[in-house]
Amino acid sequence: MSEVAEPDFDVAVVGAGPAGAVAAYRMASAGLSVVLIERGETPGSKNLSGGVLYGRVLDEVFPGFADEAPVERRITRHVTTFLTPDSAVGIDYSGQGLADPVNAVTVLRAKFDPWLAGKAEEAGAFLMPGVRVDTLLTEPGPDGAPRVVGVQAGDDQLRARVVVAADGVNSFLARSIGLRPKEPTNHMAVGVKAVMALPRQTIEDRFGVTGDQGAAHAIVGDCTLGIGGGGFLYTNTTSLSVGVVLRLDDLVRSGRTSAEVFEHYLQHPGLAPYLRGAEMVEYGAHVVAEGGLAMVGEVATHGMLVVGEAAGLTINSGLTVRGMDLAIGSGLAAADAVVEALAAGDVSREGLAGYRRRLEESFVMKDMRTYGKAPKFLERTGMYGAYGELAASIFHDVFALDGTPRRHLVQTAKAAFSRSPVTLRQLVSDGWAGVRAL
Amino acid sequence: MSTPMTVPERLARTTFTIDEEESHIAIDQELCRSTGTDKAIIAVCPAGVYSEQDGRVVADYAACVECGTCLAVAAPGALRWHYPRGGFGVSYREG
Ligand SMILES: Cc1cc2nc3c(=O)[nH]c(=O)nc-3n(C[C@H](O)[C@H](O)[C@H](O)COP(=O)(O)OP(=O)(O)OC[C@H]3O[C@@H](n4cnc5c(N)ncnc54)[C@H](O)[C@@H]3O)c2cc1C
Ligand code: SF4
Repeated sequence: MSEVAEPDFDVAVVGAGPAGAVAAYRMASAGLSVVLIERGETPGSKNLSGGVLYGRVLDEVFPGFADEAPVERRITRHVTTFLTPDSAVGIDYSGQGLADPVNAVTVLRAKFDPWLAGKAEEAGAFLMPGVRVDTLLTEPGPDGAPRVVGVQAGDDQLRARVVVAADGVNSFLARSIGLRPKEPTNHMAVGVKAVMALPRQTIEDRFGVTGDQGAAHAIVGDCTLGIGGGGFLYTNTTSLSVGVVLRLDDLVRSGRTSAEVFEHYLQHPGLAPYLRGAEMVEYGAHVVAEGGLAMVGEVATHGMLVVGEAAGLTINSGLTVRGMDLAIGSGLAAADAVVEALAAGDVSREGLAGYRRRLEESFVMKDMRTYGKAPKFLERTGMYGAYGELAASIFHDVFALDGTPRRHLVQTAKAAFSRSPVTLRQLVSDGWAGVRAL
Repeated sequence: MSTPMTVPERLARTTFTIDEEESHIAIDQELCRSTGTDKAIIAVCPAGVYSEQDGRVVADYAACVECGTCLAVAAPGALRWHYPRGGFGVSYREG
């Protein structure tokens, strides 16, 4: 038998986002030697999201995390707004029941990710920030197929029994070993975001919340100038997270620039009352996976697992982007599978198959399946243009008291339909597709 | 309403550690033009990194926020894009 170099660690986790940090935490807690490698100077310094973290899964790992972690606000109010160039129709849902137990919180990743990585460190994982992994180290396995045996960063090689690729949506590692082909652009979107500072009291007054409660606004329609996607407006403690998510195929087709659409969104009269006096303190952008179930392919190969958004685990329901909770769920599933595989002494693809099984059994793949048809549905452009117009038209007729006798809502709606390019049949068909997809 | 800002004005609010020695973006001019990648990357980049100068696409890599959008729309081979070296590039304080 040939001489085999002794691995430096049981596991090398690449990427200290939610997926990598939680996986590292779980494996270190189980007694494995784990290195958590992050290219940013500190965890979170490269990361950006809209910021609504659905907290149930994290609460299972760190009970009461919302009291300890640097979270911004507990979301108790969800507002959905359909915008046209000059009007806004909203659905406003608030529930104090959402605060306890915590359903969702807002986070700023540059503050939240270091906390999560700190948890992994406390459990014994070795955090290595400021290091960019360049390639995977591979060797031919028993069947000739490449087996991942570590990672390379610059001139440094680091050997591990298992590599967990938690390197996010652009995952160069998953691509390099053929686990993710180049995505069609309708599977990708770009999120453009700014953080806008506002005094705490102003936020509470403006968004109708008190104390550490917060509001999440989802905005569709004219805000993206008809480009597939939507806008978000989330409250932090003393700032707002404001951004748009734009589907790349549509953006390219539109001939508009992403910066132009973002500026249009910020200038929209529907947003003005919320943003008045707010000062931009940071601007950034990131790609978001949009393909849903269709993007999730193979998640394991010999010596390596892919977790979080690197595996395409994101749900865009049109009104919310969910990725952090799925990243955490997949990190847990991967960690348990690695512990099992190392105990059995088999880190081949087959030995690591427990990951896929656990993913399928968990909320992660169940939710991915539930929302599996969402991307196709969202490609129906009505969501972004004509429906906003239609809703506005109906509400205009309901609220615009011009002295004529009020008509029944159904008649009002029918009249609005007759003016709208949306046919009743299309609405019913989209509605039905929507119900099935969402 | 918020005050309109240019992209460079917005980016001035974001922190960067610029790698003076090495660009993480390389452009194949031929492929960029023949595949229409030039127009697409100029339009999609939220940081305005790409522009056209004398018929060539140039990249002001120091402004890149590492979102990955240009790579996602580029034709294969038209763009060589990887993350900046460890510790360099954009450094969010909020995220
Ligand atoms: C605009 C926008 C809005 C969003 N809104 C929400 C939201 O409201 N709620 C929600 O749940 N999700 C949201 N998401 C999605 C969410 O941000 C992601 O799904 C989530 O961050 C994925 O977590 P992850 O751990 O898989 O990857 P990431 O958080 O992307 O972490 C990957 C890590 O790997 C590091 N890394 C990458 N390559 C290397 C390398 N070669 N070497 C070393 N380190 C490397 C990166 O620096 C990073 O820290 C949004 C995304 C965007 C862009
Ligand atoms: S990664 Fe993003 S910010 Fe950087 S050049 Fe590409 S599109 Fe522009």
